[in-house]
Amino acid sequence: MTQALFLQHLANALALGSLYALIAIGYTMVYGILRLINFAHGDVFMLGAYLAFYGLALFALPWWLSLALALFVTAFFGVGLERVAYRPLRDSPRISIMISAIGASFLIENLAVVLFGGRPKGVNVPTILNTVVNFGPVSVLSVSLVIPVCTFVILAVLLWVVNGTKTGMAMRAVSTDIEAARLMGVDVDKVVSFTFGTGSLLAALGGILWSYKYPQLNPLMGMMPGIKCFIAAVIGGIGNIRGAVLGGFLLGFIELMTVAFLPELSGYRDAFAFVLLILVLLVKPTGLLGKNQAEKV
Amino acid sequence: MNKKNKTWLTLGAAVAFLLLLAVADRFFDAFTLRVFNLCAVYMVLALSLNLLLGFTGLFSLGHAGFMAVGAYTCALLTMSRELKELNFFLTPILPWLRDLSMPFLPALFIAGLVSAFIGFLIAAPALRLRDDYLAIATLGFAEIIRVLITNFQPLTNGAQGLKGLPSYSTTYVVWAAAAVTAAFMVLLMRSSFGRAMKAVKDDEIAAEAMGVNVFRVKVTSFTVSSFFAGVGGALLGHMITTIDPKMFTFTLTYNIILIVVLGGSGSISGSVIASFVVTILMEALRFLDEPMDLLFVRTPGLPGLRMVVFSVFLMAVIIFRQRGLMGNKELSWDSLSRAGLRLRRRAGGEGKEGPNA
Amino acid sequence: MKRFGIVLAAFAALLALGCGAKAPTGVKFGVFEPMTGANAGGGALEVEGVKLANELYPTVKVGDKEYPIELVISDNKSDKVEAANAAQRLVDKDKVKVVLGSWGSSLSMAAGPIVQKAKVPAIGLSCTNPLVTKGNDYYFRVCFIDPFQGTVMANYAVKEVKAKKAVIIREVSNDYSVGLAKFFADSFKALTKDQNSILAELNYNTGDQDFSAQLTEVKKYNPDVIFAPGNFTESALVVKQARELGIKTPFLGGDTWETPEFIDVGKAAVEGTVFSTFFATEVPITETSKVFLDAYRKKYNKEPAAVTALGFDGYLVARAAIEKAQSLDTVKIRDAIAATKDFPGAAGMITLDENGDAAKSAVIKTVKGGKFTYLTTVQP
Repeated sequence: MTQALFLQHLANALALGSLYALIAIGYTMVYGILRLINFAHGDVFMLGAYLAFYGLALFALPWWLSLALALFVTAFFGVGLERVAYRPLRDSPRISIMISAIGASFLIENLAVVLFGGRPKGVNVPTILNTVVNFGPVSVLSVSLVIPVCTFVILAVLLWVVNGTKTGMAMRAVSTDIEAARLMGVDVDKVVSFTFGTGSLLAALGGILWSYKYPQLNPLMGMMPGIKCFIAAVIGGIGNIRGAVLGGFLLGFIELMTVAFLPELSGYRDAFAFVLLILVLLVKPTGLLGKNQAEKV
Repeated sequence: MNKKNKTWLTLGAAVAFLLLLAVADRFFDAFTLRVFNLCAVYMVLALSLNLLLGFTGLFSLGHAGFMAVGAYTCALLTMSRELKELNFFLTPILPWLRDLSMPFLPALFIAGLVSAFIGFLIAAPALRLRDDYLAIATLGFAEIIRVLITNFQPLTNGAQGLKGLPSYSTTYVVWAAAAVTAAFMVLLMRSSFGRAMKAVKDDEIAAEAMGVNVFRVKVTSFTVSSFFAGVGGALLGHMITTIDPKMFTFTLTYNIILIVVLGGSGSISGSVIASFVVTILMEALRFLDEPMDLLFVRTPGLPGLRMVVFSVFLMAVIIFRQRGLMGNKELSWDSLSRAGLRLRRRAGGEGKEGPNA
Repeated sequence: MKRFGIVLAAFAALLALGCGAKAPTGVKFGVFEPMTGANAGGGALEVEGVKLANELYPTVKVGDKEYPIELVISDNKSDKVEAANAAQRLVDKDKVKVVLGSWGSSLSMAAGPIVQKAKVPAIGLSCTNPLVTKGNDYYFRVCFIDPFQGTVMANYAVKEVKAKKAVIIREVSNDYSVGLAKFFADSFKALTKDQNSILAELNYNTGDQDFSAQLTEVKKYNPDVIFAPGNFTESALVVKQARELGIKTPFLGGDTWETPEFIDVGKAAVEGTVFSTFFATEVPITETSKVFLDAYRKKYNKEPAAVTALGFDGYLVARAAIEKAQSLDTVKIRDAIAATKDFPGAAGMITLDENGDAAKSAVIKTVKGGKFTYLTTVQP
């Protein structure tokens, strides 16, 4: 493989990995608080992208305004989802809340089919994000340069919130022991809502950026990215925000580099993510940056 | 009710059931018969998933993968050489498979065994994981199986799928399978192994402390469940007479989860009843996708509304009545006679003063 | 008691299903298409064509009675199990005389044994997998099949693009793509007399959105032409990402590209892509084409897709067969369909061979100025 080719593959991997990382952060935040795999995360991702699209298409808003509005609407939707589908089940066995998550995911997907139509829609990507930038032999879409910046900025902001503010401390308390936090006077419901809102906002942002890079909307667009980003979060250590970013980049790399070195296996690409997940779960179940948590009897 | 009466009742019910099958086979039109038989296949699948979900407390999302393994195994073993040559027109089939063909029942059994074996291989690493990780790991395995089937053309014909499967899934065959599965589950749950499974579901650590080999129970449960999932998949394949990898996606697993949850995870009768209810409703609610006349408003056809309604059902059940239709209780002669007594008492007791009035 | 109520209601529903057969009034055509699910887009386009034909030719004359033709649309949800149910429902409950559809060969194959057993003829509109009609004398189609289409594109690649080396990118989970890729590869190798002229075959899965790894590999091989037969959903993204990577090689594809979404998603990137399809709006092939085009343009105010024209043709062939057979007996209708010869359809002359496939000319189109533009016609 020539150096130019390798560099291009590397650039592709970075671009995809940073996108996975961004979405994985939302997943990991929710899991950290509620110990819930939010299967509906991928669908919130899809909703964000659709809302941004409709803001532009129906109301002719400038793209950045459409994006901002979509983020907020989706954040509220996420809070609502938690209220309706997860809060009533907080004291039930874990299986119930997981089934509720799956049900919510299917409900949102099918509602999207009914409301938006099953046929894919093309996205009008704003020109500054849609230009090809060349670094010598390597070509990269301009939005792919923006995404890693977003990811790291958000990472920094979140780390500051979680470690440096009172809300963050409340979040950490709830994530460690929800009952004890409640007894200590933390308004658990509010913390959970805030986490969900933030997670959903991040999912929506991920969805919108995804739709700028791959400008095609369809109601099922969130399924695979959702699962892959969950895998990324698990690999990095679920509940750990830094881990989610690391996991995202790692997943992007392995997915693309395997195809780069073994192009005959390009059809098996999706399977790599799952194989990687299973390997990590077997060798280090708490993920690369996760801590070992002993289970209390 | 004493044991002798119960035995007579069970025999009577079995005879009535056979009569119903005979009537259905002769008098139902082809469409109703198809839906009726589909209930049986879904019953096998729901019972196998309930074993995992309801009785052992293992959240596995990989059911579609085992169904695929069973369906393909049975198909490849029952198709004649000519049929295989017809199907594998892009890439020739693996040589040793080409001439291999056997009658349905042995093929069905082998399909179940192959599924069970794959289940066993997957169980060993996956069952060490906790609920949510187990869910994603099993989902991952199902996807890996599907990707392998799609890509490995000489074995499975890849995306082209297989068509012309002999339609062995007749009324008697599928209902016999459903009856056998149900009977097996009932006997299993009454055995000491069944109690061990329930113990593992309730509290793993306590069970371990009481001497139950938790890991062995889980693996066995997973393997048995995979066996029946494979059988169910094979029956489904031979009913539609064509299979391809796109059939066995997560959506299929979701439909089975729907049935198990609605019926009440942990209840065999619940799964049986829910298989009927859901399969019939799936067809009966078809009108939701078409234009409807609601008094003054004529709504245009809204495709997808049917699935929205089902998802709402699932959510409503899981949030408001988690236990589903039957909870974890079973339909038995005792409960039926008690219900009968209650009816009689209510009818006869109107206007009479009760002792605590 | 509440539980039993639910159970009783379910059984009542079953009985209602079982006993609700009504005596047929007019003549019913079953429209067996995916209205929801992954193939909903294609299904909707075909239904458009069938409905338009129904509006223009709403009756059929048998003897001296004029029967109105009623369309019964049964959604197969892009799912095989549902497809079997939907087809069974059409032949049993609705007692249709002819089944039209489906978009998606695997769904048609699910209906195959059902229509064969019920002795109701079915006409596929755009499903190109040879297996749909092979061995089934009740399934026909009004379009060409994949072996032909693959050869057409290989010919174009060698003769027009003057390509000596090609790379194939296929959707490995789509039978249409895999089949077409194989037929193209065989023809290409034969035409260039070079067994190594296909440099590589790269795969992707349905629903994938990132093809950067596969396309970077393509860049390495530097072929003269890229053949990427896949559904328009992924193909538009493939071409766009290829252009972003600086790949300027011409792209060739199949009939699934001809949908408005292909241009809507691909935008400037898909300019210059070439594909084979069934029908061109600029070149009305028969009188029926003109009728179809006028009616469609008037109703929808845009250009029709190729599969819509095929839907139109399927309806007309069925109707003509009933008039020729002068009978409402489905077996006789089937025989009349099988004898269809030189029937002027909107998408060309239709003659059905002994397998039930139509030997039709293919039309090659390209994307120019954001629109599908006709290039040339290829005779069978």
